[in-house]
Order: sequence, then C-alpha cells, then structure tokens
Amino acid sequence: MSKARYYECSFPHADNTQEQKDMNILKFFTAGSVDDGKSTLIGRLLYDTDSILADQLEALQHANRKNDDGTLDLAILTDGLRAEREQGITIDVAYKYFQTQKRKFIIADTPGHIQYTRNMVTGASTANLAIILIDARNGVIEQTIRHSYLVSLLEIKHIVVCINKMDMVGYSETVFNAIIEKYKALAQNLALKNVTYIPVSALKGDNIVLPSTTMQWYQGESLLHFLEQVEVDTQDKNAPARMPVQWVIRPQTDELHDYRGYAGRVLSGTFNVNDQITVLPANISSTISRIEFFNEDLKEAYAGQSVIIHLKDNIDISRGDTLVNSARLPTESKRIEADLCWMDTRALDSSITYLIQHNSKISKCKIDEIIYKVDINTLEKAAADDFKLNDIGRVVLKTAEALAIDVYGNNKANGSAILIDSRTNLTVGALMFRAID
Amino acid sequence: MVHIDTGHNFEETIQYRDEMVQRIGEKLIIGSVQQSINEGKVIEQTGKNASRNALQTVTLLDTILAHGFDACIGGARRDEEKARAKERIFSVRDEFGQWDPKRQRPELWSIYNGKIHKGENVRVFPISNWTELDVWNYIRREKIALPSIYFAHQRDCITRNGQLMAASPFLNMDDEDVVTNRKVRFRTVGDMSCTAAVESEADQIDDIIAEISASKISERGARMDDKVSEAAMEDRKKGGYF
Repeated sequence: MSKARYYECSFPHADNTQEQKDMNILKFFTAGSVDDGKSTLIGRLLYDTDSILADQLEALQHANRKNDDGTLDLAILTDGLRAEREQGITIDVAYKYFQTQKRKFIIADTPGHIQYTRNMVTGASTANLAIILIDARNGVIEQTIRHSYLVSLLEIKHIVVCINKMDMVGYSETVFNAIIEKYKALAQNLALKNVTYIPVSALKGDNIVLPSTTMQWYQGESLLHFLEQVEVDTQDKNAPARMPVQWVIRPQTDELHDYRGYAGRVLSGTFNVNDQITVLPANISSTISRIEFFNEDLKEAYAGQSVIIHLKDNIDISRGDTLVNSARLPTESKRIEADLCWMDTRALDSSITYLIQHNSKISKCKIDEIIYKVDINTLEKAAADDFKLNDIGRVVLKTAEALAIDVYGNNKANGSAILIDSRTNLTVGALMFRAID
Repeated sequence: MVHIDTGHNFEETIQYRDEMVQRIGEKLIIGSVQQSINEGKVIEQTGKNASRNALQTVTLLDTILAHGFDACIGGARRDEEKARAKERIFSVRDEFGQWDPKRQRPELWSIYNGKIHKGENVRVFPISNWTELDVWNYIRREKIALPSIYFAHQRDCITRNGQLMAASPFLNMDDEDVVTNRKVRFRTVGDMSCTAAVESEADQIDDIIAEISASKISERGARMDDKVSEAAMEDRKKGGYF
C-alpha cells in the first residue's frame, strides 16, 4: 500500500502563493425579496461567471423548477433548506462563494421579509457592501426603506442600488431616473454615502456580468465589474489598535524560563514593536518588545492576525484583558447608550439581568432605559416600553463590569456586542455602541 | 482528537490518522461503528448500495456523550453543500445532537455565543468561509502532509450509479460489477462505500490546484451520501450528523 505523502517544496510556487495572498475578498449581502428577483440575481452572478458546476446544474434541472418563460429558476441554488424551497422564500442567510480574475467574493444571501430581519442583520454584520434590490415596476417601497435603514444602522460603507426587472418597464431610462430621485431623498435622510445605481435585468442578464445591449443610455459599469473594482477597506488598519488576550503563554520550562507572551487575535488597527500599549482594565502601560506570528517575528500585526505579543515589563495580565494603543484609549464605562436590535421571540424584560458579550468578555447587564424605538418602515422614532422580535431602537445599558469600548462608527469591532439570555443561552440582541456616559 | 471509525475507511486514511496522532502527540479517541453494530444500537444496511454513513451519527452522539464534550471542532465548509451553506460557525446542537435550521442563533460580527446547557454541544466550523481552492492553496503554502489517496494513483474501480468506486470488500459487488484499473484520485474522503474517485493525472499539488480550478464538477459531487435526496445533508444534520 502507499504511504502518507509528505511532498517537498521543489516546485516554484512562490509567485502563485503571493497572488493568492494578495487577492482580497469582498463580502457583500443582498437585500430584497424573492419577488424582487434577489435569488435570481445571485444565480445570474454565479451562472454568468461560470461558478455553477455541472452536478449542481444537474441537480437544478432535476428539481425542475422553471420560471414563467421556461428558463431555469436559479433561486433554488441559494435556498438550501427544504422549507425554503417549499415556500419559495429565504428564511436564513446562506453563503455563496465565487471568484474572478480580480477578486474573491462571499455573498451573504439574506432574507428580505420583515419576519426574518434578525437573519438579515446577521448576514449584514460582516459585509463590506450592500446590494439593495428595487423592482423597477414598484420603485422605492416600504421594504426598501427598511433594508436601507438596516444598512445605515450597521454602517455598511458601500451601497449598490440595483433597479431590477428593467425588462418589465421597457428598459426605460425615465423610470430608472425617477427611482434614483426617490432613493436619493431616502439616502440623504439616512446619511448613506457611496451609493451607486445600476439598471439591471437579473432574469435576462442585463448589466449583471455583461453590459446591457438594450440599455445604451446607461454609461456605467455592470454590477460584477463594479464589485470587482470597488475599493473597500477590509482591514481598517487605521482603526485604534485593540487585542483581547485569549491566552497567556508561560511555559516555565528550563529552556523557556523567562518566556511570557500574550496570545490573541488583533481585533482592530495595527500594533508595532516599540508601541506603547495599555492593559485594560488594570490600566498599566508597557512597551511591545516582540510580536510573534506562528514561527516568525513580525514588526507589525494588524486586524485579523493571531499573534503573541511580548512586553518589556512583567505585568499581571489574564484572559479577557485587552491590550490597546496608549495614544488612542477606548472608553471604560458601565453605562452605555446603544442601538439594539432585538432577536428573540421572547420580548425584552427590563426587570431581568442579561449577559453582554463584548469580544471575549462577558458581563451581567440590564437594560436601564428604552430611549426610543424606530418604526423601521417609516423611520419614525417613538417612545416605547416594550421591545419585541425584530424591534430596533436606542437603549441605555447598565453593566456589572466596566467595558473598554469604542463607538461603533469609529471601530465596529470594538463598538459592538451581543446580548445573551442566561435562562435560554440564546443570543437575543445585537448592540451597536453609540455614546458613552 | 476524535475519529468516528466506520470500519470502512481507506487504509491510507487510518495510516495518516495514526501518524498524525504520533507526530503531534495527541490522544486519539475512536468511536467505533462496528462496536455500535455489535451492541445492537444500529443495524447494518443490506443491499447493493449499503453504507455505514448513516449509522455513524449514532456512534458520534454516543462518543460525545461518553466523553462529555461540549464543543466539537470540524472542518466542514459552507461551499461544500447547500444545507452547510446555511449553518452557523458555532452550531448549537441539542442533547440529541439535532440541528434546528429554523431556530439558529443569530451570529453577528465575529462574536460567537458559546453558552450551552448541560447535555448540549456546539459544533464549531472555523473554516466555514474557506473554499476548496483556499484549502489546497493553504496546503501548498504551509507544505502540509496529506494521505496519498488525494493524489493520482492506479486503483481497481467499478462503476456504480455513474460514479467510480474503489473496489473493496466493503462494497457489495456482484457479477455485474466490472473491475477496471484506472488512474484516479479522491477529492473528498469518507467511507469507501460512499466516496467516489475521479479520473485524474494530477499527482502533484500544482496539478491538483490546476485541476480544481478548471473543474466543472463540485467537490462533493463524488459523495453518494449527498445524493440520497435533495435534502440529504439537511436531514442528516437534523439527525445529529456533523
């Protein structure tokens, strides 16, 4: 029989590897409903980039679900659950992957129905870009407002408004422009920036991957071309440096007698050797003497890298503590104003104690006050004393332990948290910190 | 390290497992499907397409229970299969190991809620967002040793339901099954009774990466266990499968 194989690095692979490393990933989510052609749009992106494989196509044909005009219904590519296929709706977020010569893409296919708002928030929370689908026949509707509000709430930096089903309105430029005018007012109201408008027909393939041949009046890029080119700051190197300590490495062997390193994943920003850092909550400062990355030493470590940091001084540090750049300290607080998206079928109960999980730290907390609730269809704010599934609004939290936080707008990674109901262990709320007392 | 051994594994898989355990000095816990059969907890399937794939869920759940594991880390990825594409990175399973796709916990940013009740466990999939190509590029970059069956080699095969299966004592073969020797490799490795080979000349990592990049068939296209029905994976996960 053959042996386990340890292949040698005799092949000239360095160039390819570099290419792979540098190829960045764009993570986007799609907001719209099946009726707007959301799944068709994703299916079209995958189909026209040759990302659907023969056996998947075969399964698609086997399922034998057809559009009205006899073409294959591409929606079942993303509707991975039996209940979704049965009802023809998306219930929970599905992730799809494809790549072109320019970039790798992760699509979070999120449900559009109001009933599944929490699942849309889940898919959107990690996205760099949002695609908002509008049915050209209907224009800006209540659902568009709701989806755009969620994009503003989660502060997604890039938005593509795809005006779909252009084939149903005679590929009319007038219709397209009228919808843009309406959306611009909404975008201004929500302070949305970097909005791009593209007229498409997902069903026919116009402006999805290939430029439309029927809409000569449109001079812009196709959706895929735009997604390939758009510059997103995925690493956010300029955010303040934060690293929650996951593990203290102190072997205390003869060989590594004085070794003491703090392992963790850099949450945001960049740490450099010789940077002055502060350990929270102890509030003691020291200087970085060394950064290890598996078996090499680094001069700088940035968000997403799992590293071991060494300090010039011996300090009492344990798991759950946070290393931060001393020049850009976070705020330590037990009273925090935050936007809350409620995600449990059991309504918020102000009288009970919840758990708040912020990075690797978990503290008891209470909702001290509900400042307002937002009607996410009309954007109106109103006082409220209850908070039910999919409700969104502003609250004041009171935590048992001080949290070292940033405001979400300045640093998403350290400005967000989840609420856990300790009776059920379920994740019941998403929190975005807005202000600190 | 835990291995749920169906007893129908490729020899190379077992050898690789044992070498790895020795190399990293880890403790190996084996959950044996054969033992589950012997104890009468499951019954061996019969017929031409018999497989132990479905039986292993029982062995897995018994093993988790016996050792009191609260978290089990696995290498499943969302690009493999459409039900997997729906699963969270931290997938909470009840005391029967069941996945409830309609009631998954919201998973936001990179904050993972690992809180569970006694008896429940979390299946954790750290490389959920990797693709098959990512895995192979990583293997190349980090020079990771692999079982030889991932590389092209000569092997006796039979054709079953349009797929190339390795001829083995674990397949119920009859006179209709014609054995031919072919150059093949495995893109995905499970049980010998449910993993099909693909014809390939790729015996070097670069060739494999080139082959996958150009492939028109998905990685799990060679998994008979996924083809039982359109919801085969969803159903198994609801039953406690990894």
